[in-house]
Amino acid sequence: MLKCRTAWKKLAPLARASSTVCRQNVRRTGLTNGRIPALVPAAHMSTGPAGGGGGENRLYFALVGAAFVATGIYAYRTVKGDKQRYQERIDEISSRPSKATESDPEPPAAEAPETAAVEAAEPEAVPEPEPQAAPSAEEPSPSAPDAEAAAPSETTEPPPAEPSAPSEPSPADLTEPPPAPVVESEPPAAAAAAESPAAEPAEPQPEVVAESAVEAVPALPKVPSHTPYLLIGGGTASFAAARSIRARDPNAKVLIVTDEPDLPYMRPPLSKELWFSDDPSVTDTLRFKQWNGKERSIYFQPASFYISPEELDSAENGGVAVLTGKKVVHMDVRGNKVKLDDETEISYDKCLIATGGVPRNLQVIERAGDEVMKRTTLFRKIEDFKALDKVSRNIQSVTIIGGGFLGSELACALGRRSNESDLEVIQMFPEKGNMGKVLPEYLSNWTTAKVKREGVKVIAEALVKSVTCKDDKLEIQLKDGRLVKTDHIVAAVGLEPNVDLAKSAGLEVDSDFGGYRVNAELQARSNIWVAGDAACFYDIRLGRRRVEHHDHAVVSGRLAGENMTGANKPYWHQSMFWSDLGPDVGYEAIGIVDSSLPTVGVFAKATAKDTPKAATEESGTGIRSESETEDTAVSPVASSLPAPVVQQNKDDYGKGVIFYLRDKVVVGIILWNVFNRMPIARKIIKDGEEHADLNEVAKLFNIHED
Amino acid sequence: MSPSESPCKDRIIFVTREDHETPSNAELIAEDPDDPYEEQGLILPNGDINWNCPCLGGMASGPCGSQFKEAFSCFHYSKEEVKGSECIDNFRNMQECMQRYPELYPQEEDKAESNSGSASDPPTEGSALPSETDSAPASSEPESAVPSDSMSPTDDQTAS
Repeated sequence: MLKCRTAWKKLAPLARASSTVCRQNVRRTGLTNGRIPALVPAAHMSTGPAGGGGGENRLYFALVGAAFVATGIYAYRTVKGDKQRYQERIDEISSRPSKATESDPEPPAAEAPETAAVEAAEPEAVPEPEPQAAPSAEEPSPSAPDAEAAAPSETTEPPPAEPSAPSEPSPADLTEPPPAPVVESEPPAAAAAAESPAAEPAEPQPEVVAESAVEAVPALPKVPSHTPYLLIGGGTASFAAARSIRARDPNAKVLIVTDEPDLPYMRPPLSKELWFSDDPSVTDTLRFKQWNGKERSIYFQPASFYISPEELDSAENGGVAVLTGKKVVHMDVRGNKVKLDDETEISYDKCLIATGGVPRNLQVIERAGDEVMKRTTLFRKIEDFKALDKVSRNIQSVTIIGGGFLGSELACALGRRSNESDLEVIQMFPEKGNMGKVLPEYLSNWTTAKVKREGVKVIAEALVKSVTCKDDKLEIQLKDGRLVKTDHIVAAVGLEPNVDLAKSAGLEVDSDFGGYRVNAELQARSNIWVAGDAACFYDIRLGRRRVEHHDHAVVSGRLAGENMTGANKPYWHQSMFWSDLGPDVGYEAIGIVDSSLPTVGVFAKATAKDTPKAATEESGTGIRSESETEDTAVSPVASSLPAPVVQQNKDDYGKGVIFYLRDKVVVGIILWNVFNRMPIARKIIKDGEEHADLNEVAKLFNIHED
Repeated sequence: MSPSESPCKDRIIFVTREDHETPSNAELIAEDPDDPYEEQGLILPNGDINWNCPCLGGMASGPCGSQFKEAFSCFHYSKEEVKGSECIDNFRNMQECMQRYPELYPQEEDKAESNSGSASDPPTEGSALPSETDSAPASSEPESAVPSDSMSPTDDQTAS
């Protein structure tokens, strides 16, 4: 209703103005002898053409008329929209008491929820069939109500509803369907009961309520309404943060909310080790055998590590709970709470956003229609791995579009598989060679040759113009005229960081790198941190950046966890990354590794010992990145496989170190087939010094030794 | 070097073993062991235990985390002649807790007790590994996580 007035207020001056102008112009046209035009009224907004000619007048009329009409339309729409919005709001409010979560009024009136909920608590105590004052319930109850006391006041929306009236019908509602609402309204009841002046009934009640919370019907997944630590996203960064928080804050309660159905897992094996497994049931077990025969699961921890969300509040020693299959759709920073896709609200003290990203797709594929999309895989999650594994067994030809890390790794993995089956593996990308944006050209060429040797048909300098589906086969038309026919496409063309919550939370998104903009301590706003692929952070040494690597997710997740527990440390420990493209090509890298930067490469002869396989066998560890933690290499293990001797010719880059420079300072280093030297590389980058002779710096790596 | 780019952009140097025999004259800045930004090792500069040390893996953060912390703290601060002799109860609590989660703490813990703490034998599921990123289960490898003071803080955590 108010909008009507404001709209009219907006319209009125314009209406007045245009009518005055009309009157004015009528007068003016009468005065053709060029005399000064009539007085302009003070409220006049626009300036008409002084003594203007007829044509100009008409144009002016048209403009003003159009503006008037446009304003009229806008006003009409606003009024209508407001009406609709209002109606929706009323509907939402009226539907809320039936949900039986909160029916209590304004947040500031903390007493109102208490008194209302106390009434709710009492009838609840009655339907509880087993009011066991179990001693174990006593301990969680003091801490639980404290945590939950915040919940009712924070999660209540300020509806213009009556204070106590709705709360009375709500207990009645509650008793009817016993398990669900009882379970849900227990926290407010417990909290309110604990705080209410009625001390006597309050004490046994939390116990009763807490106990019955634990005994609630297991079929209903209960979401805690408040958690001290909320981690949005269930990937690597989130898990690392959870571990960090638990280590530093004794008995911390951490809730991870993820829209995936899986517990936190590591991503690199999905494009590497899992494909090399001999186990036919690998897609179910998701376990992989490493070089040295040791097996592990891609899941960071088995399910027994976590506690269930229902138990989180009452857990004496805290724990990590994972809420799967739920997406956070709205974030209220002022109220310190989030809303899930099923309308549940969770309030928090500290929040981490670790939402990662979504694989990008090529526009030509998106526009190509369902038949093409059906035959396209965007590879990121476990389900994508399972799907691609299945598909690859049933087709003759697969094409990977993209020449970066993921594309090349998948190409090599599938290429290996093609040795056993008839699978044709094609990889196409716009650059000149594999890893063209990362490696200097000579190494990129070398890598491409290796990839080809893994059985992959590499089509470089390929820009996709269109994709169509004909007779159950996909036809990829390239811009230079080439046509590639294939059965399935895997698009590995980058990652779009997930910043869905930026709008509702009022968080800044970086325009250069994408992702949430955070400071050097990974903080976005007061109680909000961001880590992993989605974080565009300030690196004190290397400047603002966003990193999409596994180790970075671990490092940043850990750091965020530390800062969420009061550490205030900036990003300092530089993360690394690695890639293995087949058994012969392996490298580890750190810092900014961008092929557009000037590079200096120092190479030595390569022997059979300098392969990723040899490196892991020697240090006796499964995955190369683990061996980096060992500061000394273990006694060498004789390689049981006779690897071929690598011929040294001018262009054979067997092993070496490549420095990436920016303004004469080393900002990135690649260790090419040289392992267990990452600490030295890290040190050089950390120092950020200008070195006159990089060969001297290269000496520090002892590239000729093992 | 590629002909298409300016010759200075990507320099390549091939070196023989002899070329690299002379020690490097590259200067590195001295490390400050008390630098608060750096990743700390197991023992912090003030003598406390760094529970977030990657070397401990998930020991301090798992379901038996608090028992582990109590036991290990007791041991660390123990001034008895036989270090940790008064901590038997704590260790027993920890072991009992761990027995309830055999998946996380496989029963090679016997070795752990005879060492300085239980962190030296991380469980196979990878909950207590030095490089928890994607590390292999180092169930019986002594070099993976010996929480002794000899572990140098700078080399401690590199891969993650």
